[in-house]
Amino acid sequence: MTDPSTAASGAAVSASEFVTGAEHVQTKPGKPRSLASDAWYDLRRRPRFIISAALILLVLLMAAWPSLFTSVDPNYADLDRSRLGPSAQAWFGYDNQGADIFARTIYGARASIVVGISATVFTVLLGGTLGLLAGYHGGWVDAVMSRVADIFFGLPFVLGAIVILSSFRATGGSSATEITLLVILSISVLSWPACMRITRAAAITAKQQDYVKAARALGASTSRIILRHLLPNILAPVLVYATIALGGFIGAEATLSFLGIGLHAPVVSWGVMIADSRDFLRIAPHTLLFPAAFLTATVLAFVMLGDAVREALDPKTR
Amino acid sequence: MGRYVLRRLLQLVPVFVGTTFLIYWLVWSLPGDRFAGKCGEKPCDPTYIAKMTEKFNLDDPLVLQYLKYLGKLLTGDFGENSSEVAIGSLINEAYPNTLRLALVALLIEAVIGLAAGILSGLRGRGFVDSLTLVSTLFLISLPVFVTGFALQILLGYELQWITPTVTDSPAPWGQLIAPGFVLGSLSMAYVARLTRTSIAENRRADYVRTAIAKGQPPRRVVGVHLLRNSAIPVVTYLGTDLGALMGGAIVTEGIFDIKGIGFLVYDGILGKDGATVTGVVSLLVVVYLLANLLVDLLYAVLDPRIRYD
Amino acid sequence: MTVESIVDSEAAGPLLAVDELFVEFRTRDGVAKVLNGVSYRVEAGETLAVLGESGSGKSVTAQTIMGILDTPPGVITGGEVRYHGENLLAASAKRRREVRGSGIAMIFQDALSALNPVFTVGFQIEEQLRVRRGMSRRDARKRAVELLDQVRIPNARDRVRQYPHEFSGGMRQRAMIAMSLALDPELLIADEPTTALDVTVQAQIMDLLREIQLDRHMGLILITHDLGVVAEVADRIAVMYAGRIVEQSDAVSLYRQPGHPYTQALLDSLPRLDLKGARLNTIKGLPPSLIDIPAGCPFHPRCPRVRDVCRTDVPPAHRPAAGRLSACHFAEELISGE
Repeated sequence: MTDPSTAASGAAVSASEFVTGAEHVQTKPGKPRSLASDAWYDLRRRPRFIISAALILLVLLMAAWPSLFTSVDPNYADLDRSRLGPSAQAWFGYDNQGADIFARTIYGARASIVVGISATVFTVLLGGTLGLLAGYHGGWVDAVMSRVADIFFGLPFVLGAIVILSSFRATGGSSATEITLLVILSISVLSWPACMRITRAAAITAKQQDYVKAARALGASTSRIILRHLLPNILAPVLVYATIALGGFIGAEATLSFLGIGLHAPVVSWGVMIADSRDFLRIAPHTLLFPAAFLTATVLAFVMLGDAVREALDPKTR
Repeated sequence: MGRYVLRRLLQLVPVFVGTTFLIYWLVWSLPGDRFAGKCGEKPCDPTYIAKMTEKFNLDDPLVLQYLKYLGKLLTGDFGENSSEVAIGSLINEAYPNTLRLALVALLIEAVIGLAAGILSGLRGRGFVDSLTLVSTLFLISLPVFVTGFALQILLGYELQWITPTVTDSPAPWGQLIAPGFVLGSLSMAYVARLTRTSIAENRRADYVRTAIAKGQPPRRVVGVHLLRNSAIPVVTYLGTDLGALMGGAIVTEGIFDIKGIGFLVYDGILGKDGATVTGVVSLLVVVYLLANLLVDLLYAVLDPRIRYD
Repeated sequence: MTVESIVDSEAAGPLLAVDELFVEFRTRDGVAKVLNGVSYRVEAGETLAVLGESGSGKSVTAQTIMGILDTPPGVITGGEVRYHGENLLAASAKRRREVRGSGIAMIFQDALSALNPVFTVGFQIEEQLRVRRGMSRRDARKRAVELLDQVRIPNARDRVRQYPHEFSGGMRQRAMIAMSLALDPELLIADEPTTALDVTVQAQIMDLLREIQLDRHMGLILITHDLGVVAEVADRIAVMYAGRIVEQSDAVSLYRQPGHPYTQALLDSLPRLDLKGARLNTIKGLPPSLIDIPAGCPFHPRCPRVRDVCRTDVPPAHRPAAGRLSACHFAEELISGE
């Protein structure tokens, strides 16, 4: 997954199509909220939901308490065992430096998950707020915000991230925390337009609903309308977007590390491990295989979860 | 229609200016020593610094710098990079490779994605459908560089079916098949899912039932009535994707060593060559914006219910 | 007991005969018995109105005749559909397709969704002529304009080039009718053709259907839930309830003296000018669940005349008077007006 912004929006697009300025007038049927309990009932019976939720729980556990899974120090390296294949002592073998790949893979979950979750939170807060405001107010507010979103949307994700990260890295220090923060921010800055378009479309749809019009006619305040009426309506599409995007962002972190501009040692992340493996691919493919498998499985779990949630929320696919 | 196109083109102007300015700002005006590491281990020679400062108007305020740059860009002059090679000619050499790569990717994703989507959409729940769903989910989750490496090792080094790296320029079409597959794999999954949903939704549509009630042959019911309607979202997705593929080629070009636009820009970033980066990114932005505009117009052609006035 | 033995008609095979048709919908919630032995027949030049609430099985019968029933969930578990004596349910897929459009044609309730939105109205009419009749593009266009003229669409020559969404509701249904007439069918099934239209337009469309049917001496099955629409058009009326035909009769006698309490209730629920100010009668209760049809007469829970026998015995279709058919134990009482 190279471009989480188009990826996630592409996936969520059927839930709420992008709406352009002229379509403010158009009414679309929205989803009534009573779907939620129905959807939950539906979800619990889907094997895809159960599998992905279990996988995600496992990965979260790994990120929180890696020592539960391994007692080996992920940073202890012994060049004598460099690139040794999987064995009974080290299930996944050793990397180029002679560090235990299994331990590193377990410990690598934390950085990947932290980046994924933080980037999703920032993206949803930024894109969601702006989208809600643009969708609710319409007019010039919407026009300006949409154009600003277009500017960021016009930047291809990998390209934009490379430019941002390499530019800022030249200026700032390069402690692990700073770089992690920089990666999170550059992912969010490039991804919020997709989230904004989704919330904007959902807000416009909700605004057209008769009960919202009625609330407005009765003189309800702006903040009340946004909080009580619009917010519940955008939750479903945003939830779907966020779940899928979270998977995408974990993949994006790996891509950036792979390109040598994201996280790097001493931080352990799956992306860093994959980047480290690229020069020894032919002689030691296991150095790529295990972190890549964990990465793919995690992304898969989030995408699958988002998919299952979307299907459960969409009455058409029942 | 004409007025609509004009209005859309005018709307593109601020977006173009905004995006290029953003890039320009990021590349040129962040604090720090711009010439650090430019001239090997030693600090740069003052005459070189003076020359470069002069050439890129580095003493002017940022906005003025940018406007001067934009002025030259609009006349088609991309300027020179820090080694005094015309960026225009670099782009000229690189873009056919990327364009070819993107076209191969588009073709692969369209053919395979559509076929898988149509099959699973028509069959409904069953083996083909489950296979499509699972394999597309898998493709979506697989980072492009992992797919790239896997194919390169497996097909290139182990089986030796493909040349693992494409160093020729212009790249031969045959050698671009595997890289094209890698680049298009993610979108292929989306095309398949989009087609599947679209077909499955339209399959029970009233007008399909009408076509059957008219006694039209089954092949025509599916091939004309069903496909024509289901194709609308897919074709528009493919259109926007061409622009995205051009920009997304960095990783693929890196793995397979294709001397294209992505390679150029990546090199430029690593070599801190601001002029190359801004030039290429501006070009990509234009391609992307125009592709989106074309798709919007195409939409009106495909769906007569949409009218632009 | 089949219809033939009860309702008199010409000895030779009728244009269309539906005989003891049984259809089930197998859903997650259970098996819905949608059609439970439906029989009717239509002759050339005759209009049969099939009347019933939604869920009574009137549209499913039509879809089964056309062979456009969604299977799954639908399963045809018994019966025959005979077109000129030939059982279509046993015919090959190819033969069935031949009959569609050229033998039996169908129009639908919502012409906007029934017409393909991305093709011009002309294309959709011409498609029939070109693909089914092998006509040239130009001849087909000429014929399409003629057909649109026949259904009285003004400016037919320009209108052929327009898309369905550019037509008004009434015009769209006219275009739909023109399309169904392209192959000169002997029988037209109109499934709620006027339900989606304004009242004034409804009358125009009904007049048009009547006129075309007379001109072409065509059979017409008019499916509707609106007794008012039927009155002036239908020769015979079949009333359906819970997948059965509960009454079948010529239109005049049915209106004068209904032979089933359900028909009576339907008639009573029509607003009447001569009873201005009186309370409008409604039918109490809801139509039965087709998954769990009540024992005995399916109408008994809602029937004002219910007696013990109705709760236990399914009333057989019988002939309470000449040319009439009813599935009520007490049809004779009703008809003689006791």
